[in-house]
Amino acid sequence: MVRLEKRPQPSKKWIYLTPIVAVVATMIAGGIMFAILGKDPFEAIRTIFWDPLFNEQFAAYSRPQLLVKAAPLILIAIGLSLGFRAGIWNIGAEGQYIMGAIFGAAVGLAFYPTESWIIFPLMVIAGAIGGLLWAMIPGVLRVYFRTNEILVSLLLVYVAEFILASMSLGLLRNPEGAGFPGSRNFKSYASAHNAELIAGTGMHWGVVAAFIAVIFAYVLLAKHMLGFQIRLTGEAPRAARFGGVNPARLILFCLGTSGALAGLAGLFEVSGPSGQISIDFNVGYGFTAIIVAFLGRLHPVGILLAGLLMALTYIGGELASLMLGIPAAAIQAFQGMLLFFLLAVDVLTNYRVSFGKAEVA
Amino acid sequence: MLRRTLIATAAAAMALTGTAFADGHAKTKVGFVYVGPVGDGGWTYEHDQGRLAVEEAFGDKVETIFQENVPEGADAERVITQMALSGANIIFTTSFGYMDPTNAVAGKFPDVKFEHATGYKREHPNVSTYSARFYEGRAVQGHIAGKMTKTNKIGYIASFPIPEVIRGINAAYIHAKKVNPDVEFNIVWAYTWFDPAKEADAATALIEQGADVILQHTDSTAPQAAAQKAGNVITFGQASDMGEYAPMPRVSSIIDNWAPYYIDRVKAVMDGTWESKDTWDGIAPGMVEIGEISDAVPADVKAEALALKASISDGSYHVFTGPLKKQDGSDWLADGETADDGTLAGMNFYVEGLTGDIPQ
Repeated sequence: MVRLEKRPQPSKKWIYLTPIVAVVATMIAGGIMFAILGKDPFEAIRTIFWDPLFNEQFAAYSRPQLLVKAAPLILIAIGLSLGFRAGIWNIGAEGQYIMGAIFGAAVGLAFYPTESWIIFPLMVIAGAIGGLLWAMIPGVLRVYFRTNEILVSLLLVYVAEFILASMSLGLLRNPEGAGFPGSRNFKSYASAHNAELIAGTGMHWGVVAAFIAVIFAYVLLAKHMLGFQIRLTGEAPRAARFGGVNPARLILFCLGTSGALAGLAGLFEVSGPSGQISIDFNVGYGFTAIIVAFLGRLHPVGILLAGLLMALTYIGGELASLMLGIPAAAIQAFQGMLLFFLLAVDVLTNYRVSFGKAEVA
Repeated sequence: MLRRTLIATAAAAMALTGTAFADGHAKTKVGFVYVGPVGDGGWTYEHDQGRLAVEEAFGDKVETIFQENVPEGADAERVITQMALSGANIIFTTSFGYMDPTNAVAGKFPDVKFEHATGYKREHPNVSTYSARFYEGRAVQGHIAGKMTKTNKIGYIASFPIPEVIRGINAAYIHAKKVNPDVEFNIVWAYTWFDPAKEADAATALIEQGADVILQHTDSTAPQAAAQKAGNVITFGQASDMGEYAPMPRVSSIIDNWAPYYIDRVKAVMDGTWESKDTWDGIAPGMVEIGEISDAVPADVKAEALALKASISDGSYHVFTGPLKKQDGSDWLADGETADDGTLAGMNFYVEGLTGDIPQ
């Protein structure tokens, strides 16, 4: 008989081993799937994990793209992880991401065509405020009316999507766009363009912000009183209450911070890689970031690595589908396997597998 | 400018290996970027049929690659760039939202030809745009719909409020109204090109509100299935024939036939005669086809519809011919006047008689 025994302490060894075991398991299971589809499994897996980093034809372009793809995921996931640690569940980062993009873009477009160094910083502030305000709705409702922040934040995503559609068709529509939806493109407006800081590296302000957020979250959780309160509330809510933690303040702080970071991610995306407000601007970073947060075990450094890994599977997956003609659905299934195995193997961190008869305690 | 240099170097390296096709030694590599899955049964499916036709036509001389389900945002630019880096000689980007990314990538790969469907921006000499005059097919649909409806209510599943979709609504409405003055259009905006669940919901809602004809400008067959379930509701195949739902509910269809255009353009690349241009073809050259009108349609209606199609095809009739007014009652086209392509390309208003507002 196989049984799971709870470990008294999460195993240090398995915390580091699980990601590796999961990746290997994914490669095996995914390889079998690719083989069934009639593709060479070794070539497919090499294309996904190796080519984006080292293929001479693509790597010079796709390596920097890893940062571009990972930055919004990391930025959002860092914000979410603070709340998740304290048991505050912001599921609507996608909506805050959209609102940040709209607020920031609106400020930038309002200045068009003035050129000034002040415009981009103002857009950044507006982006953070946009996300913050959108996250404050579930926050305030929870604090004052005890509504469930999971539902409110999630449903506000759909509201934000409609506002986004309305903005790309109405207020923010490019007046020179011949009636087509979508705003002006920030790539042709230097003062508002979130360009690469060093060309060819993929480093734009959003990537810088993501790194800063990782450091900030690390220091907050490790050294700061507020970080201690967050951890305490998550691990021992009763103790936290007796310990003088103000739950309302904590809720507003966690939702507000995650909202502001999601808003920033939206602003950096709309003014940089995406370039314009359009109906289809959001592609699910806010939801994927939830996975990244848990993949990274709600730890800032873990999130950094998890974000990069997710980005790698996206870009590698694209290459595999392009070069080997693997269907997009198979790539998604492959990504799903990775998450599945990570969570499954994660059991070993907290539980020990034992064989044989149950011992009498 | 390092990135530009890197890419330019890569592009130059590619050119060395890639341009050999002129003397027949290397294959011409043709790339396609799709917004939906190739199995959507509609828009993307037909583009993929075009891709297969290119393979068929040139055999060993071409190699085609494609990427499906590419979101219309920042990801598109990366996908197109990777396709260019992989050595593609010509890349077809087949959705409106790829417009800016296509032009951005084209600037970095001057030796690769880019063809963007349904857009209007040609910022570089290596970018062409192409689209089909789907509205010509919509006129034929509108005629059949106006004749066939018993409740006088026609449901319309629209995707995004862009000129192409609005043109289709206007064209269908004008021709339905012509044969049935009591006809009403109920328009639902789905804000998606492909989402079977959403499309089915929209169709069901429209049917519940009394519509017995469903027109769709979305790409899946879900509305067909919903209509079949409801019974006594007719539909039209969109972008593809959707013939598996004939003879009822699907009574006809608009088929996008991209194959001749794709073959033509790939040939031009092979011959070195490719030039940037804007193509907007309709029924006459065969880019828009009307699918078989099924037996569910009475013979006289079918004959009228075919006559309408013939008159559009031979140029004796223009779908937008005055007198026509805009929704707000202001004059648009005088008696006998026909709409110019510029107005049609940027159409952002309803014609008189349509109710509701175009979303803003």
